[in-house]
Amino acid sequence: MRNLWIFVSRYNAFFLFFVFFTIGIYLTVKNNAYQRSVTLNSSNEIVGTAYERLNIFKRYLNLGMVNDSLAAENAKLKTQLLTLTTVDTAKDVKVIDTVTNQEYTYLAAKVVKNSITLRNNIMTINKGSVDGIKNGMAVIAPQRGVVGFIRDVSEHLATIQSLLHKDTKISVTLKKNNALGSLVWGDGNFDIKKAFVKEVPNHIKMYVGDTIITSGYGSFPAGILVGRIVKPNVATNDNFLSGELNLFTDFGTLQYVYVVKYKKAEEQKALESLVKPNE
Amino acid sequence: MNSRIIIINTIRWFLLLFVQVFLLKNMGFYDLSTPFIYVLFLLLLPFGIPNILLYLLAFGTGLTLDAFYDTMGVHATACVVLAFVRISFISISLNRDAIDDPEPSLSYMGFQWFSLYAFLCVIAHHIVLFFLETFKLTEIGYTLMRCGLSCIFTLLIIFLVEFIFYKRTSR
Repeated sequence: MRNLWIFVSRYNAFFLFFVFFTIGIYLTVKNNAYQRSVTLNSSNEIVGTAYERLNIFKRYLNLGMVNDSLAAENAKLKTQLLTLTTVDTAKDVKVIDTVTNQEYTYLAAKVVKNSITLRNNIMTINKGSVDGIKNGMAVIAPQRGVVGFIRDVSEHLATIQSLLHKDTKISVTLKKNNALGSLVWGDGNFDIKKAFVKEVPNHIKMYVGDTIITSGYGSFPAGILVGRIVKPNVATNDNFLSGELNLFTDFGTLQYVYVVKYKKAEEQKALESLVKPNE
Repeated sequence: MNSRIIIINTIRWFLLLFVQVFLLKNMGFYDLSTPFIYVLFLLLLPFGIPNILLYLLAFGTGLTLDAFYDTMGVHATACVVLAFVRISFISISLNRDAIDDPEPSLSYMGFQWFSLYAFLCVIAHHIVLFFLETFKLTEIGYTLMRCGLSCIFTLLIIFLVEFIFYKRTSR
């Protein structure tokens, strides 16, 4: 202890310097806003850098969780997008044929139930009698291709007897020479990409790649693209030819369809009903 | 004798601080060179002064300057450093028993010793002062330039004062 005291008193200059210097620095940092801010900032910088490093590491660990949340958000946004682009708000689109003076309106509808695997396939859309849909109206696919006919209608929904049904028959023509025929899915055919055009007159030459369009004699407007011939001139036992065609409509991925409203449908029906069969 | 030293130093303290605060504080070349003449008071304190008293005087002088400069603690710290340099230099360069001069002034100690003494003390004081004022090392070149130029200015004035009050008789 005594030695320590001797040591301290011998070098008292240094110890006193140390004491006073510390007091001076303390006063400087304590009482001057600038020096204090610099001190605080530099210490904050050190702490901040350390936290940043830690954060990078943590971010890596949380990657899975972040991915999940991003995926969830993505799904949410996609759902929102779908409700925004949904066809519920769609209004009838008018198409006026000035040549034949026929008037069609198109109504977009969403497919709420679809079936392609059965022998007779029926799909359901989210538009019904409220939207002016009636039995027998034609239904076409968005880009090209036919879908079928309206079968039953409820207030807000309607069923479509699709082309993939044994009773569906659509009047079609060959685009190049207007030779009439009827489009059927056919017996014993379960390929949703394929259909048959039947009752083509014998003298008509069909070739591979010929385009089939609707004739306009039924509920369908004329000129809707239906498909392309892949196997022409299949002889049947009667006086008619038939051909196999690939459909443009992809029933497997169908999400939206257009219901075609023909303005004069009632009138035409009423008029034609005057003609008695076998008269 | 003792009371005379006290009176002389007190008058010197007041004079130097007055000059420093009311005249030199407003001087300076482009904020680069600022003279701090008040350190002369600490330089000229008598040899026999106890260390603790020297430190207290240095600290008190510094604090007084800080009050006027609004830089609490900066000058006080610099003065403490100056006091430490003063004690160290005197104990190294002079034989403690052989000291018979009353104070380390130019008139008593000669030009050579005094110039080195003043230079070391002033440069130490200025370095601490300016670095505490800047408080960062990023502008080290600029700060060192300010130190050097201020040091030259201060030393110039110190020698001026010392030559004015030069007493030939004593040596």
